[in-house]
Amino acid sequence: MKRLLKEFTKGITIENPTFGLVLGLCPALAVSTSVYNALGMGAAATFVLVGSNIIISAVRKVIPDQIRIPCYIVIIATFVTIVELLMKAYMPSLDRALGIFVPLIVVNCIVLGRAEAFASKNNVLHSFCDGLGMGVGFTLALCLIASIREVLGSGKFLGMSIMKGFEPAIMMVLAPGALLTMGLLIGLVNYWQIKRKSGKEIRRAGCHGCG
Amino acid sequence: MDAAKLMSIMISMVFINNFILSKFLGLCPFIGVSRESKPAISMGLAVTFVMTIASIITWLIYRYLLVPFDITYMRTISFILVIASFVQFVEMAIRKTSPGLYKAFGIYLPLITVNCAVLGVAVLNSEAFFLNGYAVKGSFLMSVAQGFFAGIGYLLAMLLMSGIRERLELINVPKSLEGVPLAFIVAALMSLAFMGFSGFSR
Repeated sequence: MKRLLKEFTKGITIENPTFGLVLGLCPALAVSTSVYNALGMGAAATFVLVGSNIIISAVRKVIPDQIRIPCYIVIIATFVTIVELLMKAYMPSLDRALGIFVPLIVVNCIVLGRAEAFASKNNVLHSFCDGLGMGVGFTLALCLIASIREVLGSGKFLGMSIMKGFEPAIMMVLAPGALLTMGLLIGLVNYWQIKRKSGKEIRRAGCHGCG
Repeated sequence: MDAAKLMSIMISMVFINNFILSKFLGLCPFIGVSRESKPAISMGLAVTFVMTIASIITWLIYRYLLVPFDITYMRTISFILVIASFVQFVEMAIRKTSPGLYKAFGIYLPLITVNCAVLGVAVLNSEAFFLNGYAVKGSFLMSVAQGFFAGIGYLLAMLLMSGIRERLELINVPKSLEGVPLAFIVAALMSLAFMGFSGFSR
């Protein structure tokens, strides 16, 4: 039980796909113009991650080692097609907003990366937790970027107007805003990491001084 | 197809809808390989080559296999499989026939398989040049042109970025912004500059 919880939470915190592993950047930047789009993309990616992780870990002993990557791609592409068709049928407006980034989940490095690094070595239950954790971590990261961009770029949050008397900077919902937000957020993560590490080093230096 | 149409595809793909700077396709190699000019050029050429050929192959598959049998929902699976096996094949062929060429851009080919720019251009072609399941007039040539010029746009962005980053190596920046974060901020400024082209076409 403890192990399951660990597999789930690591995707949200230390191994967060967007800020920790810096994977799957293209959809993270392209669809984060509003929180609604970010939630839709996150849900689609989570479904594909969980589904492909379960199937791949279930058949991992049957697949020959040499052709494992093409096999993974076929399994992932199947789930992506399911998401595409479901979204076209039940959420056409979201499908239009996300555009070509729904089929492009196939080439999202997070999905193939988890298949290769985790699902091909672990059992079904652990892979399920890993996929779910990674998916939730990806969704949270997308929502963080999207809320910054939506609030600054259109003065709204989830479509509700919250900034009165503030002239929104349209640049933030266009391409440059995405790149700028992403650069500054990764910089912030680095800043925290460096601060934490240098704190440890100082302590160690102190110990050396004592010795 | 007339020259005006070709011209408008060229300007649109290289400047207005530049794959990296305004559509966010293929960002990972853009950030990863753009540290120096030489590998950046090789990567850009490899992407241009693969995108052009992938446009041809996927157009043929879409037009003569998926549309007649009414199975266009198989688009994602068939495109990614064909692109992956094609890239693998090209890599093997180049390694056997010309070691010089392999050294120049062969090592980047496996990276391109999972590059969203290549699958992206194939999906865009099938959406832009097929109306209600029928190929529009001259759609083959337009697809190839779109693939080729999208690659040229990619090459241009890589080249500009690597030139800037080579200079950035020499200056002092805050430690937490070194490397990837600074690359993103530079890309944001470049993308802002490229937005100036957006009034060019109708």
